[in-house]
Amino acid sequence: MSTILQGGPHAGPRAASNPVLSIKDLRVSYTTGLGTVNAVDGVSLDIGAGEIFGLAGESGCGKSTIANAVMRLLQAPAKITAGSIDLNQCNVLTLSDEELRRTRWRDMSMVFQSAMNAMNPVMTIGEQIMDVFTTHEKMPKKEARERAAHLLSLVDIKADRLKSYPHQLSGGMRQRVVIAIALALNPSLLIMDEPTTALDVVVQRDIMAQIKELQQSLGFSVLFITHDISLMVELSHRMAVMYAGRLVEVAPSNVLLDDPLHPYTTALMNAFPPLSGPRTELLGLPDAPPTSAGRPSGCSFHPRCPLAMDACRIQDPVLRPAAENHDAACLLVPEFVVPPERLAQ
Amino acid sequence: MRFLLRRLGFYLIAFWACITLNFFLPRLMPGDPVSRMFAQVQTQMRPDQIAALRQLFGLTNKPLWQQYLDYIGNIFRGNMGISLSRFPTPVSSVISSEIGWTLLLGATSLIIAVVLGNLLGIIAAWRRGKFLDSVFPPLLVFVGSFPYFWLAMAALYLFGIVLGWFPLNHAFTDGVEPSFSFSYVADVANHLVLPALTIVLVSIGGWMLGMRNTMIATTAEDYITMARAKGLRSGRIMFHYAARNAMLPSITAFGMSLGFVVGGALLTETVFAYPGIGYQLLNSVQALDYPLTQGIFLTITTAVLAANFLVDIIYVRLDPRVRVS
Repeated sequence: MSTILQGGPHAGPRAASNPVLSIKDLRVSYTTGLGTVNAVDGVSLDIGAGEIFGLAGESGCGKSTIANAVMRLLQAPAKITAGSIDLNQCNVLTLSDEELRRTRWRDMSMVFQSAMNAMNPVMTIGEQIMDVFTTHEKMPKKEARERAAHLLSLVDIKADRLKSYPHQLSGGMRQRVVIAIALALNPSLLIMDEPTTALDVVVQRDIMAQIKELQQSLGFSVLFITHDISLMVELSHRMAVMYAGRLVEVAPSNVLLDDPLHPYTTALMNAFPPLSGPRTELLGLPDAPPTSAGRPSGCSFHPRCPLAMDACRIQDPVLRPAAENHDAACLLVPEFVVPPERLAQ
Repeated sequence: MRFLLRRLGFYLIAFWACITLNFFLPRLMPGDPVSRMFAQVQTQMRPDQIAALRQLFGLTNKPLWQQYLDYIGNIFRGNMGISLSRFPTPVSSVISSEIGWTLLLGATSLIIAVVLGNLLGIIAAWRRGKFLDSVFPPLLVFVGSFPYFWLAMAALYLFGIVLGWFPLNHAFTDGVEPSFSFSYVADVANHLVLPALTIVLVSIGGWMLGMRNTMIATTAEDYITMARAKGLRSGRIMFHYAARNAMLPSITAFGMSLGFVVGGALLTETVFAYPGIGYQLLNSVQALDYPLTQGIFLTITTAVLAANFLVDIIYVRLDPRVRVS
């Protein structure tokens, strides 16, 4: 894939020195009548300034829960039980309601999964963009309208669409409007929770290209969530693969694509057809990820893992360096030891 | 606009169907009012006297289609015949003398119940499980499930007789000359309190519960989550995003109720001896006063259709999605 963003300032170190978003040991649990499920089970990750960070995994692995935890949109029965989320060195989890309201959209915004449902059906596009400005910047209506028109132009939509209602736009346009709304206040972090799953592949590519362009000109960081690993590899600088509430592999995207270390990452990649190249047989992954019934002993992936050993049933692997800039949580992957001469530096 | 014109066409056809039914139904019954009224005295009346009465009541031997055309022509001239029980007052005067009170009582209590009930429902859903939400719905359902006449009489006894705060009956104090003076308006308002209050009490629970439930479903929508993520103020999300969508079913229900207001509130009118269409309708049915019964039915039908059309107009303004279909 030639479109992979090669190198760049963020492809290198595993944690930027001044991360825009820093999640440490985040744990989120859902308490239901059937018991407590740890949807996110000790996830740590950093996203640097101007970095696009991808988060991939099957449905139910906890990707969206992380996104909602960062925005503090989780509602009962979901509960953050441990960890911290720092946005620009400020802990999001300890903000008061009013501080949180001010922080939302100004410092972090979100593009929701389904653009059709993310917009109020009885308000015009314009009103839904303008209320961001009138609320956060106390801007007069006229100015807000001009800013809204400008925003739409960023995503190639004509200003006369401000008077349209969501149902009058096509799916792709709606998603672009939602992206425009998300960029209204020039946030430092944009969270995209499967922003293109509802769209066809062609529109999907257009929108992705547009996001990349905007990201390069505006410089925001992105937490990009999808189960479409090929899409993610194209877009993101660095990415993490998630399984059953934990990160199992983290690496720059091109590294992950060329040299996946965790068997789950390999399986995930085999499940998606490449857009170009020879026809290959797709390999699905048998069974389903662990559910509320509880996680398996040892490595939670071992029941589905083609390479599982006896030790996998007993020992729970932790995420550790597997190479320079490459972390993996698998017993098959030997731990990478930093050469002593590098340590001395 | 095309949507509204289509709806208008539909209502005109419905109206025509109604007046046609209204014309034929009584004529399907055996006999006629005159023979019934004078069934007991028929032997003492000469046939030409009966014929004269028939003439007076407009019961002619013209062919049916001609009667039908006359009937429709009369309706459009506002002539609904002459009331038999209140002879020789025209039906239109009987109705117009009562309809003002019916509208005053019905519309006042309906609007209060709808506005207050919906507002309570909105707030209860927004603060789900909190005080308002846990106390009001069961309380209002409890009050609302009393038989209406019992509640009305209890209110009359307590506030009218024991406490003496409000008058016991009628729409204004006997002997007072209707005028646009403050004292007359205050007197009418004072007489309105108990009848309206009791209607509001029994109906508000339904409005609140309906709104609360739709509102709870609405707050689970993605656009509410997005509005919260946008950092909007709670009040704006509650009214502009949630309630604005949740109120749509309530508007439909409001339109239906608005139409039926014209039918009067029989029990209220009976307990509080309040003038109104409901009592007239009961009277006319008991007295076999066909012209009056027909006239009232026609008025109710027209009002229901008009109210529905009004709701269509409001709906188009409130829900942009209706405009395209």
